Amino acid sequence: MATAVQVRRQSRWFDQAGDNIARLITVMFAAAIVLAAVLIVHVLWTDSAPARHALGWRFLFSSDWDPVTEKFGGLPFIFGTVLTSILALAISVPLGLGSAIFLSELAPPRISNALTFLIELLAAIPSVIYGLLAIFTLVPLMRTTVEPFLKSTLGFLPVFQGLAYGVGVLTAGVILAVMTFPFIISVSRESLLAVPREQREAALALGATKWEMTWDVVVPYARLGILGSIFLGLARALGETMAVTMVIGNSAAIHASLFAPGHTIAAVIANEFTEATGDVYRSVLIELGLVLFCLTIILNGLARLMILATTGKGAKR
Amino acid sequence: MNRLMRRKIINGVMLTLTGIFTALTVSSLFVILGYLIFNGGKSLDWNFFTKLPLAPGEEGGGMANAIVGSAEIVGMAALIGIPVGFLAGVYLAEYDDKAFAAVVRYVADLLNGVPSIVIGIVAWTLVVVPLKQFSAVAGAIALSIMLIPIVTRQTEQFLREVPTPLREAALALGAHKWKVIATVVVPAGSKGVITGMILGVARISGETAPLLFTAFNNQFWNGGLGQPTASLPVQIYLRATSPYDDWHRQAWAAGLVLIGLVLVANIATRLVLARGTSVPRG
Repeated sequence: MATAVQVRRQSRWFDQAGDNIARLITVMFAAAIVLAAVLIVHVLWTDSAPARHALGWRFLFSSDWDPVTEKFGGLPFIFGTVLTSILALAISVPLGLGSAIFLSELAPPRISNALTFLIELLAAIPSVIYGLLAIFTLVPLMRTTVEPFLKSTLGFLPVFQGLAYGVGVLTAGVILAVMTFPFIISVSRESLLAVPREQREAALALGATKWEMTWDVVVPYARLGILGSIFLGLARALGETMAVTMVIGNSAAIHASLFAPGHTIAAVIANEFTEATGDVYRSVLIELGLVLFCLTIILNGLARLMILATTGKGAKR
Repeated sequence: MNRLMRRKIINGVMLTLTGIFTALTVSSLFVILGYLIFNGGKSLDWNFFTKLPLAPGEEGGGMANAIVGSAEIVGMAALIGIPVGFLAGVYLAEYDDKAFAAVVRYVADLLNGVPSIVIGIVAWTLVVVPLKQFSAVAGAIALSIMLIPIVTRQTEQFLREVPTPLREAALALGAHKWKVIATVVVPAGSKGVITGMILGVARISGETAPLLFTAFNNQFWNGGLGQPTASLPVQIYLRATSPYDDWHRQAWAAGLVLIGLVLVANIATRLVLARGTSVPRG
């Protein structure tokens, strides 16, 4: 009898303490996520200290890169990163937004869902696979067909001049476009679908054609979400490493021509980090990593806020 | 009338254009898969799964060490990342203290967007430098940092979809909250949570950049988890950028194996949940 009471009392104690313990455990692991983020910032900041002390932030504006003679200028990488990302968006934004409009406004829901799933599969493909495909299919195609064609038609522009290597900034931009439009389509489509039906009906009742309704009413209504999706795509393009490294040519110089080989921050880290001799060299690479980290964090942060504001489902999704 | 005609023509042209864009974007998936299956299928043979790589120039050989290495690295990353991510997700879904939970949620989303190469640098500093050696463990830690936020957000999302009356019924019967979570909420949401974990693992298994200077590479079997270790994605990168035809052939084969794993995980998830989740949502 006494033992039964004891057992029950024990288990009740366990139940009550259990609540606190369970809460404590989960809070600790949630805190671990914040800790991991803090750790990333801390590591990047302290490890880039030698470079920041030796060169200051000035090095970000110098284009002289010759590690052998300890000349470190970060500009070619920042230039390449920004240029490839802009090229990628120039292709993927019209393509992505157009597809998102088709999927949300025209396609029947079943087909739209199926096609969206296929497009989202593109986002699941590892970047090294994009690189592999690009080396053996896109690069030859660019060298033999696309770049000569651009040269013969738009060759009067300085950006379409010079030798067609196949590897270069333009090719990197194209492959990045394919890697970013799944994000743009998926998120833009959700924002467009979240536009209230009344908005569409009101526009149609005023005599708008379907396109006018979409472009003048639905798209502006969802603009924050669409902008958010573009930022999300941009953040991915900026931080993308493998596919770009494999096709950009890895040359630390700034050229006017889009056919010329270039370099990006992520690519130079991937290529040179293990070979970097000397504290300053390695620390310069880490400082470039810090720059990249800050860029993507700011873009991602803004994107999340914008998407949150339009789809209205809150960060809890 | 003329004006109306023009508006109708613009309408037709623009709507057709969106259809063409959709056809283009969707077909890119089939082009990619087609190339991989064609080239990878030609190159894939039994040796690929059972033999070690040979020296450049020699024909034949396989990637047995990279397959096992990838399994070791991803397995360890899952052992670290899944419990941490899962428990943090339980916290976000069940013990939602407004401010702190919002911070954790936002930070998890930002962590998800950190470029993978930067994660590689961090793991290098934290693990490779103190141990003075590239190792499978370092690679696993890098990948687990990427896995945690994915699992956290997936767990949270699917636990939130468990209907509140289920929780209330259990609480009304006198169960304590932790018991409700452990015996009612988590089992009810387990299908989604588990598929979310599978998706996360599929995603990190294709990551290359974080492994370049953590797990590094190895031409042979690694001599333990504390040694440099070959992995499939890194092998694809090195072989695709090498000048040898036979290595290119192997890169295609490895690419096919890798994409097979990723697609099976994603499609299976889709069938189970009737919705895709490869793209992180705001």
